[in-house]
Amino acid sequence: MLMTRWEPYTGLWNELSRFQQEMNRLFDSFGLNEGSWPTLAVAYPAVNVWEDGDNVYAEAELPGMGLEDLEIYVTGGNQLTIKGERKQPAADKGVWHRQERGFGSFARVIGLPMDVDADKVEARFCNGVLTITMPKTESAKPKKITVKTE
Amino acid sequence: MAKNAVVKRDERREVAAPERTRSGAVTFTPRCDILETAEELTIYADLPGVQPGDIDIRFENGELAISAKCAPRHEDATYLACEYGIGDFYRAFTINEAIDADKIAAELKHGVLTVHLPKSEAVKPKKIAVKAE
Repeated sequence: MLMTRWEPYTGLWNELSRFQQEMNRLFDSFGLNEGSWPTLAVAYPAVNVWEDGDNVYAEAELPGMGLEDLEIYVTGGNQLTIKGERKQPAADKGVWHRQERGFGSFARVIGLPMDVDADKVEARFCNGVLTITMPKTESAKPKKITVKTE
Repeated sequence: MAKNAVVKRDERREVAAPERTRSGAVTFTPRCDILETAEELTIYADLPGVQPGDIDIRFENGELAISAKCAPRHEDATYLACEYGIGDFYRAFTINEAIDADKIAAELKHGVLTVHLPKSEAVKPKKIAVKAE
């Protein structure tokens, strides 16, 4: 004999359960069920880039590194590459209570909106802040056009 | 952590997290590592752009507070890309160990602050020699 209990919320639970399954299926298809939230692939280091009439400047916060740990190139006229490695200070024994700082090697290529003179690029490193000064090529400099009145 | 070949990337881009205060200024929470050894607690904090004279470290009632002033740079610049902000840093930790407050030392190198908090003699581990009879 088939016994059926009266379950007033069965329909609702079925609906919710089906909804959950649908969501799981959706997330599975994106490969997001690995216990991690989708993270935007962001580049390291973060850079600020600004310009004035003659130069383009790039600045990055690279604490714990020195100029000797970094390689900076400008290729193709407008591709700035910052490469380097942040080495972890040696800690032979002890317990880490917190580890928020990242270590390892990195490389980042930044496309500049105008051509720069690769031979005259200067880099300065002060208190963990790298500042790169890149003079614009003559053709990339803004030109003032005088309007003639007749 | 040491095995990571690539710098851990997250949505904060390894830069300090901003925090708005009532005054309208932005204070950043620096990234920190804390290492405990038998002799001391060592705190490493990333404070890029901070001058050694602008750091204030206080140890009071078991709380270590690090505040650092960092003046904004190039505020009037025409930015082509702006991926991080610049401002003061603040972070405080509650220290449960007995610390010898007089011997706390700190140094700043390449934008990384290292604070040494030596444990007081009373809590340092002692090795007890077993005598043979």
